[in-house]
Amino acid sequence: MGHADVADELEDATGISVAQVNRSFGDIVALEAIDLHVSRHQRVGIVGPSGCGKSSLLALVCGLDEPTSGSINVLGGHSAAERLAACAWMPQRDLLLPWRTVLANASLPLENKGLSKRDAYAIVEPLFERFGLGGFEQRFPYELSGGMRQRVSFLRTLVAGKDVLLLDEPFGALDSITRADVQQWLRSALDDEPRTVLLVTHDVEEAVLLSDVVVVISPRPGRIVARIPISLAPVNTRRDAVMQPDFIAARGEVLDALEA
Amino acid sequence: MSNVDGNNGASRGLAEAAPKRSKDKGSPLRERLRNLGPAIGVLVGLVVFWELACRFLSVPAYILPPPSSIIATLIKKWDTTLASATWVTLSEVAIGFALSLITGIGFAILLHASPHVRRAIYPLLIGSQTIPIIVIGPILAIIFGYNIVPKVLLVTLICFFPIVVTTIDGLASVDPQLKRMMKTLYGTAWSTFRRVEFPAALPSMFSGIRVAATYASIGAVFGEYAGSSNGLGYVMIQATPQMQTSLVFAAILLLSLISVVLFALVSLAERLLVPWAKEGRS
Repeated sequence: MGHADVADELEDATGISVAQVNRSFGDIVALEAIDLHVSRHQRVGIVGPSGCGKSSLLALVCGLDEPTSGSINVLGGHSAAERLAACAWMPQRDLLLPWRTVLANASLPLENKGLSKRDAYAIVEPLFERFGLGGFEQRFPYELSGGMRQRVSFLRTLVAGKDVLLLDEPFGALDSITRADVQQWLRSALDDEPRTVLLVTHDVEEAVLLSDVVVVISPRPGRIVARIPISLAPVNTRRDAVMQPDFIAARGEVLDALEA
Repeated sequence: MSNVDGNNGASRGLAEAAPKRSKDKGSPLRERLRNLGPAIGVLVGLVVFWELACRFLSVPAYILPPPSSIIATLIKKWDTTLASATWVTLSEVAIGFALSLITGIGFAILLHASPHVRRAIYPLLIGSQTIPIIVIGPILAIIFGYNIVPKVLLVTLICFFPIVVTTIDGLASVDPQLKRMMKTLYGTAWSTFRRVEFPAALPSMFSGIRVAATYASIGAVFGEYAGSSNGLGYVMIQATPQMQTSLVFAAILLLSLISVVLFALVSLAERLLVPWAKEGRS
């Protein structure tokens, strides 16, 4: 897989650092004493039961929300604006704009940056082939399958050119066959173009398959109850990956931590 | 749309999308006409029934003229009365409707942009709708006289409300997740407005504009009732006491024709500007 080496190389570089973060909504404590260190280009999977504050954590990291107490550092920036500038956030639903073609949807971050439509398209169009979307540039989102729409959404997130990707159950809305396919595709896409990734999911296999470290969060109030390093032998297919003993052992560890 | 696509997602998607597109482009006009068929059938049936009932029941023409006599009056009085009256009313409707589009959409954007202004104005705007538009007509006539201004203002007033309300609702109903996502994709307030909020508000806005299009001619007629020297409403108010009932009906026919044309134009604009609205919501 190779990304473990990259992480070693950049060990000193901090991607995301969350220190003693608490977040309450009124009387409800969503997150409690969260400490999380993510090296640059490391991939961290976050699993936990529904309502444990996983999504709140992502909102805090990318500067859409502020912690009640504690500090968050993303690529050296502490303020919400600095965090917002460093992070791209991809939600569970693809949130493609139905009035834009797929190409125009993927170009959105560049247009927001001030590029003309023509310049933005010129940059984004060559990426379509690699994302398995070749020939669909001028289609509208409703003409695409769920898996393809999610790939467009991911392409849009990548086009923003940000180092930190916050993926909030990116494949949660897909059926299991499509999800397996897109997981494998995402793994290779991230190997080609390493990014610092926080992946929130309720799918333990997905977390183990795509992450260097899996962090388990307890039911509310959300606390980190386990950090499980993952090292899988490099294999070609998802099927081979999920059959290997290391994978099965890691999955067992995560499940134990979830049930503890 | 099914989500089940394995590694062959691309090829399958193509095969699926291609026939769909050709079907979309097929013959929308013919299909629309076919959809209108039953309505036209009912209309023709009613007109025939009306004509026969008038003839066989010997209804006096000053009470209910048969359609044939309405058409005859329409043709006879076109040059002398109806052509200029139609032109006057059409101008009032067109100018008033255009004004309501500009002010209504502009006002909605202003209220959307500033929550303070919205809190101060929106309840008053809703409250203003409890004033019957008919009573405003004479007041406007007193202020502005017998010219075109009070009629245009009445059309604008009557069309303004549905446009403002549906536009504000459309702007406010944008998925909050979408706005958050825009923030992480370099979206400023302005780029979020023009690339997300405004396009997302269009379907809702157009439903308000369509309602406004049907109200517009009512405003013009009320304005003419309150004081005028020409227009279809003026023709009606002159013809009624003279028992020229078929002329009243001819004016009504022309008036509804104005509404139908306006409505059709709005629908056409909607199809051109918001083609994604039908399929896009999934």
